[in-house]
Amino acid sequence: MGPLINPQQIINGLQLGSIYALIALGYTMVYGIVRLINFAHGDFFMIGAYAAYAAFFAFNAMVAGRTGTLAFIVLVIAMATSASVAWLANKLAYKPLRYKPKLSSLITAIGVSMFIEYFFSAFPAIGASYRAFPEIIPRRDIHIGPAVVSNLVLIDLAVAAILMIGLTLLVRRTTLGKAMRAVSQDKDAARLMGIDIEMVISFTFLIGGAFAGAAGLLAGMTYPRIFPYMGILPGLKAFIAAVLGGIGNIPGAMLGAYIMGIAETFASAYNSLIGEGIAFAILILVLLIRPTGLLGEKIADKI
Amino acid sequence: MKLQKFPRFLAVVILFYAVIEILFKLDVVNGYLLHIINLSLIYVILATSLNLINGITGQFSLGHMGFAGVGAYVSAALSTLVFKLSPSKPGDMLVFVGCIVAGGLAAAVVGLLIGFPSLRLKGDYLAIVTLGFGEIIRTAFNNLDVVGGPRGLLGIPKFSNFTTIIIASALSVVVIRNLIQSSHGRAMLSIRENEVAAELVGIDTTRYKVMAFTFGAFFAGIAGGLLAHLIQLAHPTQFGFIKSVEVLIMIYAGGVGSITGSILAAFGLTFLSEGLRLGIRSLADATGLPIGGEWRMVIYALLLIFIMLFRNEGLMGTKESKIIELPEVE
Amino acid sequence: MSAPLLKIEKLTHYFGGLKAVSDFNFEIPEGSIYGLIGPNGSGKTTTFNLITGIYTPTEGKISFQGHDITGQKPFRIVHRGIARTFQNLRIFGNLSALDNIRIARHYTTRSGLVSSILRMPSFKAEERQVRKEALELLDLMHLSHRATEKAKNLPYGELRRLEIARALATKPRLILLDEPAAGMNPKEVDDLMHLILRIRNEFKVTVFLIEHHMKVVMGICERIKVIDFGETIAEGLPEEVKNHPKVLEAYLGKRGA
Ligand SMILES: Nc1ncnc2c1ncn2[C@@H]1O[C@H](COP(=O)(O)OP(=O)(O)O)[C@@H](O)[C@H]1O
Ligand SMILES: [Mg+2]
Repeated sequence: MGPLINPQQIINGLQLGSIYALIALGYTMVYGIVRLINFAHGDFFMIGAYAAYAAFFAFNAMVAGRTGTLAFIVLVIAMATSASVAWLANKLAYKPLRYKPKLSSLITAIGVSMFIEYFFSAFPAIGASYRAFPEIIPRRDIHIGPAVVSNLVLIDLAVAAILMIGLTLLVRRTTLGKAMRAVSQDKDAARLMGIDIEMVISFTFLIGGAFAGAAGLLAGMTYPRIFPYMGILPGLKAFIAAVLGGIGNIPGAMLGAYIMGIAETFASAYNSLIGEGIAFAILILVLLIRPTGLLGEKIADKI
Repeated sequence: MKLQKFPRFLAVVILFYAVIEILFKLDVVNGYLLHIINLSLIYVILATSLNLINGITGQFSLGHMGFAGVGAYVSAALSTLVFKLSPSKPGDMLVFVGCIVAGGLAAAVVGLLIGFPSLRLKGDYLAIVTLGFGEIIRTAFNNLDVVGGPRGLLGIPKFSNFTTIIIASALSVVVIRNLIQSSHGRAMLSIRENEVAAELVGIDTTRYKVMAFTFGAFFAGIAGGLLAHLIQLAHPTQFGFIKSVEVLIMIYAGGVGSITGSILAAFGLTFLSEGLRLGIRSLADATGLPIGGEWRMVIYALLLIFIMLFRNEGLMGTKESKIIELPEVE
Repeated sequence: MSAPLLKIEKLTHYFGGLKAVSDFNFEIPEGSIYGLIGPNGSGKTTTFNLITGIYTPTEGKISFQGHDITGQKPFRIVHRGIARTFQNLRIFGNLSALDNIRIARHYTTRSGLVSSILRMPSFKAEERQVRKEALELLDLMHLSHRATEKAKNLPYGELRRLEIARALATKPRLILLDEPAAGMNPKEVDDLMHLILRIRNEFKVTVFLIEHHMKVVMGICERIKVIDFGETIAEGLPEEVKNHPKVLEAYLGKRGA
C-alpha cells in the first residue's frame, strides 16, 4: 500500500491512463459527431490486440532481430485493422439508423459489440480462452529512486502522446478537422456549407478505430494477456473517462482518462473491490453533480 | 353475456395450464420441455417488467438482471440459509412465497435507488448508469462470501414448479397490464411520448419514473427468486450485462410497449435459445467440428442488429392482443 | 379592480450571456384575453417557459392568484391552474386523441395504485367519468371522430385544437397559447378566434396568447404587450399599440418583416 502519494502508482496510473486516453478519444469523437455511445468501441480495442498478436507471428521471422521495425509494423497493422472494422460497423450498422431515434443506434451498437465478442470466441482459430501476448519489445526496467519505470511505460506514454498531438493538429489545422468540428456543432449548418457529413463521420470512425487499435497493442504489451472479452471493461472505463472529461470534448477525454487511470490504480492498491467499482462511482458522481463533465459545455434543449 | 365477462386472459392461462399438465401426464411433454416452459414463463415476467420501464415509461434500463439478481439472492438466502426450507415439509410452501415476495421487495428498494438517476438522465446516459448499477450489484455478489462469492449460492430447495411459476407469471402480467391500463399507466405513457408535455399537463414525471423503476424491479426480483428456486442455484454470472441484454432483445423483438409482444417473444426466444443450444451441440457432435456454444450468442447478436435495422417496431409494435387488453370501461 | 390573476414583476432571464427576457412587468386580470407580441426571437416563448416553470428566472417574481409560483416545478404550476400549448406541437403522438385528453385529467383523479390495479368499482366509476368528460371536450373541439385515432395521424389544424383541448382538460384558470394560429388557413383562424372567445366566456378561463397573426391579436385581445430583444417596447389597447412608433419600427423598420 505504501504512502498516500506513491510515485510508483502515479507512474502506473499514467500508463493505464494513456491506454484509456486512446480509447476514450474514439468514444468522444464519435459521440461529438453522431451523438452515439459506440458500445462496440471497446471491441475495436480488443481487435487491435488480436491483430497485433497475429501480425507479430506473421512478421517476426521476416524482420528477425530488428525490434523497432517489427514494433512499427505491428502498430500499423493493429491500427489499420481496428480502423477498418470501425469503418465497417459504421457503414453497415449505424449509418442506416442515422436519423432514427437515438436509442436504436445505441441498441444496435450493443448488438455489434456482442457480435464481435462472441464471434471471436466462437471462431475456432481464435477461441474464448486467454492467450499470452508475445514480448514484442523486451522489457527493461529503469530504477529511479524507489520507483521502477520500464521501457514499456515510456513507450505507452510516448505512443499515446504522439498520437494525441497528431490528432490535435489534425483537428485544429486541417480542413478535415475543421469539417469535423463544424459537424459536431451543427450538422445542418455544416451540410449547408457543403460539407459531406457522411464522409466526415466515416473518417471519425476510422481515426477512433485506429486509436483503439493502437491502445490494443499497447495493452497487449503492457498486460500481456488477451481474450475476446478484454475490451468490455477498458471500453466502459474509457467511456466513463470521456464522460468525466466532458463527452464530445477531445482534451476532456485525455484529461478524464489520466484521472481515471490514476484513480483506478490508487483504488486498486487500496482494495481490489473498490478498484473494480471506482469507475462506476466516478460515473455516477459526475452525472449527478456535473453531467457535462469537467470541460464539457452545457447543451440545453430548446423548448 | 355472463360468459363474455369472464376474463379472457385468465381463461387462456387456465387452458394453457390444463393442456400442459395433461400432456405432461401423458408423457407428450417431458421434463425437459416443461423446464423450458418454466423458463419461458419466468422470462415473461422479466420481459414485461422491463417493458414497463423501457417500453411504457420510455426510460432505459440496461441492468434489469441486476434486479433479478437481488431477488434471487435475497429470496434464496432466506429460504436456504435462514429458514432452511424443504419442499417436502407441507407448511414451507407458504414461507417460500414469503421469501419470493421479500426478494421482490428488496429488488424494488434497489429499483427505487436506481430510479433516482433517471430523474436527471436520459437515453444513452441512463443506459450507461443502469448498466453500471447492474455491474456493481453483480460485483457485490461476486464478493459476498455469505452467499458463496464467485461460486454462487448452492443447494437452494426446488420450490419453483410449473404451478407456482405460472401463477406468479400470470399475476405479474395482470398487475402490470392493469397498471398500464389505468390513469397511472397513461401518465407513464405520456412520459415516453413527450416528457415536457407530460409535466405541463400536470404529471409528476419524477414520481412516475421512479415508480416504473420500482415496479419493474419488484417483478424482476420475483422472477429472479423463482429462477433461483427452479435451477437451485444463484450465481453472479446469471445476472450480468449480457443477460440483461437478452431480456432487452425480447422486448425489442416483441415490440417496445406491447405486453403481448413481450410474452410472445419471451416464449419464442427462450425456445429459440434452447433450440440453438441443442442444434449447435448436435451439429458439433455429428460433424466432429469444434462448433462452440458461443455461436448461439453470435446469432442472438445478429438478431438484435437485424431487428433494429429492419423491423424496429418488433413483432407487435405497440399493439396489444384482445386477450391481454382490457375493454374500455364504458 | 380585484387582484390580478397573474402578476409578473421584474422578470429577467439570461441564457448564458444572452438576455432573453428583461425587466418584464405585467398583470392579467381574471377573465381577460391579453396578447404578447414581438418579432421572432424577442423572448415571448421564454416568458411562457418562465411562467410555466420550465426555466427558473434569473430575477423577478411570478405570482398566480396571490401565490408566489416562481421557480416551482412545472407540474405544480399546472395544478395551481395554469395550462399551456406549445409553439412547436408537443402531442403524445402514439396515443389516441382520447388518451391525450385523459392524461391531462390525470392529476385531478383520485384512484390510488391499489384500487386501479384491482380495478375496484370506485376506479371504474372514475374511469367512466373521465372518459365521458374527455369525449365531451373532444366533441367541443369537433374532434369526436378522432377519439380512438393515434394523435400523430391527425392533420395539423386538428392537432392544434387537440393541444388546446388537452390544456383545458387540466381545468385551468389561465391558459397560455403560444402562436395558436401558426400554420392555419383563414377559415381555421376564424374558428380559432371563436374558440378562444368561447374558452373565456364559457369555460371562464383567462387567456394569455402569443400570436403573429394580426387579425387574431387585434380582433380578440383586450390588451397587448409588445417586446423586442426581451425589452418591453409598448403596452396598451390594441389601437394604441398598433400605431406605436417603436412597434412599427420593430416590425417593419429594422427587420423588414
Ligand atoms: N434554451 C435556450 N438556450 C439558449 N438560448 C435560448 C433558449 N431558448 C431560447 N433562447 C434564445 O432566447 C431568445 C428568445 O427566444 P424565444 O423566447 O423562443 O423567442 P420568441 O418566442 O419570441 O420567438 C432567442 O434568441 C433564442 O435563441
Ligand atoms: Mg416563440
